[in-house]
Amino acid sequence: MSKYFYKLTSPLFAVILGLLAGAIIMLVSGYNPVEGYGAMLAGIAGDSYYTGETLRTIIPYILAGLAVAFAFRTGLFNIGVEGQLIVGWLAAVWVGVAFDLPKIIHLPLAILAGAVAGSLWAFIPGFLKAKFRVHEVIVSIMLNYTALYVTNYLIQNVISDNQDKTERIAETASLRSPFFESLTDFSRLHWGIFIAIICVFIMWFILEKTKTGFELKAVGFNQQASEYSGMSVNKNIILSMVISGAFAGLAGAMEGLGTFGYAAIKGGFTGIGFDGIAVALLGANSAIGVVLAAFLFGGLKAGAINMPLQTGIPSEIVDIVIALIIFFVASSYFIRWIVQRFKKGAK
Amino acid sequence: MEHVIEMLNIRKEFPGIVANDNITLQVKKGEIHALLGENGAGKSTLMNVLFGLYQPEQGEIRVNEQVVQITSPNIANDLGIGMVHQHFMLVDPFTVTENIILGKEPSKFGKVNVKEASEEVRKLSERYHLSVDPDAKIADISVGMQQRVEILKTLYRGAEILIFDEPTAVLTPQEIKELITIMKALIKEGKSIILITHKLKEIMEVCDRVTVIRKGKGIGTVNVKETNPNELASLMVGRDVVFKTDKSAATPQEVVLEVKNLEVKDSRGVSAVHNLDLSVRAGEIIGIAGVDGNGQSELIEALTGLKKVTNGIISLNGKQIQNMKPRKITEAGVGHIPEDRHKHGLVLDFSIGENIVLQTYYQEPFSSGGILHSKKIFDKARTIIKEYDVRTPDEYTPARALSGGNQQKAIIGREVDRNPDLLIAAQPTRGLDVGAIEFIHRRLIEQRDAGKAVLLISFELDEIMNVSDKIAVIYEGEIVAIVDPKETTEQELGLLMAGSKRPEAGEREHV
Repeated sequence: MSKYFYKLTSPLFAVILGLLAGAIIMLVSGYNPVEGYGAMLAGIAGDSYYTGETLRTIIPYILAGLAVAFAFRTGLFNIGVEGQLIVGWLAAVWVGVAFDLPKIIHLPLAILAGAVAGSLWAFIPGFLKAKFRVHEVIVSIMLNYTALYVTNYLIQNVISDNQDKTERIAETASLRSPFFESLTDFSRLHWGIFIAIICVFIMWFILEKTKTGFELKAVGFNQQASEYSGMSVNKNIILSMVISGAFAGLAGAMEGLGTFGYAAIKGGFTGIGFDGIAVALLGANSAIGVVLAAFLFGGLKAGAINMPLQTGIPSEIVDIVIALIIFFVASSYFIRWIVQRFKKGAK
Repeated sequence: MEHVIEMLNIRKEFPGIVANDNITLQVKKGEIHALLGENGAGKSTLMNVLFGLYQPEQGEIRVNEQVVQITSPNIANDLGIGMVHQHFMLVDPFTVTENIILGKEPSKFGKVNVKEASEEVRKLSERYHLSVDPDAKIADISVGMQQRVEILKTLYRGAEILIFDEPTAVLTPQEIKELITIMKALIKEGKSIILITHKLKEIMEVCDRVTVIRKGKGIGTVNVKETNPNELASLMVGRDVVFKTDKSAATPQEVVLEVKNLEVKDSRGVSAVHNLDLSVRAGEIIGIAGVDGNGQSELIEALTGLKKVTNGIISLNGKQIQNMKPRKITEAGVGHIPEDRHKHGLVLDFSIGENIVLQTYYQEPFSSGGILHSKKIFDKARTIIKEYDVRTPDEYTPARALSGGNQQKAIIGREVDRNPDLLIAAQPTRGLDVGAIEFIHRRLIEQRDAGKAVLLISFELDEIMNVSDKIAVIYEGEIVAIVDPKETTEQELGLLMAGSKRPEAGEREHV
């Protein structure tokens, strides 16, 4: 019982410490922390619109988190989730714009296009790692920039005629949900939430129940023993990146087909892919952990939008407060250590 | 003679177990005192108590007849107690001197005076005949040398009592000999040594007295001169131990493994194995004797498909298998107990059950249609755990949590259970205690008697002599002689392993 008690209390304790630290920052800067957090809470779940928007924010965080976590579980650091997300976004939108098909074909096709594009983008670092032992971090960082500028070029010069965004996707390729809209006072919450949940299950299933997952994990833990037992290390490195990239591409597809309905030229990264790293780490790289971490992340992000609006706290301070909370959660190991010290001292 | 260390009636408890129960250890000045016990008997706990890492619940410690409280390793250091760890605590890219002064750097205004320290290290090294180069990088020197650096580290800190924790586990026979000389030199200089070991031969060779502990209890202290290995073994294990594993004469049948003119290059591209011919028949155990680094690892890797063969033929049951993928070779009927169980044998973060199906997880009944069947996997694991006496809380425990002997039993269970025609056992008993060694030797002989071909690679001459039906001596990547264990001596084997050909080398028979 004490083991589970610790598992539950230490992140909770961490969140509280983070909130306290954030409160101090707000106090020092001359703002009222109670009002600030009140505004944040209102922004997270103040009314049904905010709840819908919060859930909508969580969708790509879950998928990006899964992408990073999946690679981590197999011993790879996919820092290229951002790039894979961007190409997935564009590919899904492209299919959404270019075809005229019944919804039952068009929507799955567009989603699939996002996943495949992300996979292909992740295949490159996977292949280079397997073939030439080039470190995946270097290649995938570079591919993030490549993805950003290539998609910008395509949007401006190939898909549209010198516009800064694509046309809206056809209604048959959209994930928008009138049902959710009516439920959440016209928030942008879309059907993608189910896709994210299905993907959580898929990740868990692949890793825990299939022989492919067995191999992927074995290679992640110990390449030499995997080779000894007859597994192909190179094949599994590539496969792991491809699956990870598919999750990332799906995260992009959710934004393209659900939230926005188009792809626009980007001045910089979306940040979702990088936040995915933190989500995965906070979630201890497990499927269910990723969901919880995505809720924390998405919740904070969504709530943060409301803080400057309602209380006038500058968004920079809001960012610091959020970063502090995440910092404390991430150092929950450290906090556990303090708690143990404390108990020892008391004894 | 006075006692430099006395640990009287030490008791140390951990939640649920008593690791040390009323143990008394008295070490005289200038003696080599062995601490003997099986893996998990409580040797390390006792030494950690002495070194200040654990506090005993009962008992007292006296150093030089004074009662002391050792509450931290620093206090132990100040009292002149130094520990030479089994797993070296060295920083690879640093030089010998830098490692030795680490944490005790002689410095002036924040600048470390390496030169002065290096001179001091050189003097120490000369005084104890350690021949260590103070300016060499740790990464560039052999394991034996690294151990001497550990010894120097304790001497540099002024140790009078040195604790050696299983010092020979990582050494070659040559290095062991050198270590014994060093230990004797240390004694001559007035130091005292506590040697933690489960190797009886070493005790008989260098120690003056030996204290035996079994399952956390002190069994007693005996003079080495008045005892023999058999008595020590039965004191340690608590029952009579058979050293010579009983076995009937081999009945070799058809050839299972045939290696012809094999050449394998090592990682630097130098040929580590060349012109190697070898054959192993069903129903016999061929032992490969040789000093570490004479091509044994490369030979095994070539046989199991982990390394490319540049020339020659390996055939199994008449079918050529050289340069096939490891999985194909496994499926063709080769079992392999790897040299390094942590590197190759196990995925330490996997459960013991998952490790047991490491080569068979993709086959029926463990999986079908790409889906694993956990129930079948863990059923299998339970059977093997039971049959091979793997001591583990359950089949879901991570392999990392098991002791070395139990990890090895699980690997052997896994390999034997696949029923291979050829079983390759590389250093199967490395680091294990007498009980586990006996168990493993019995299993190998059982396999032979069941009509399997067994290839045993070991640096332990005793093991080779004891278990093999024929001994092939490897030297510089070549089999230089094949001898009958009943007709040879350790001396002869030692010479062959060192590269001197036998007089009758011309009639080198092909088995």
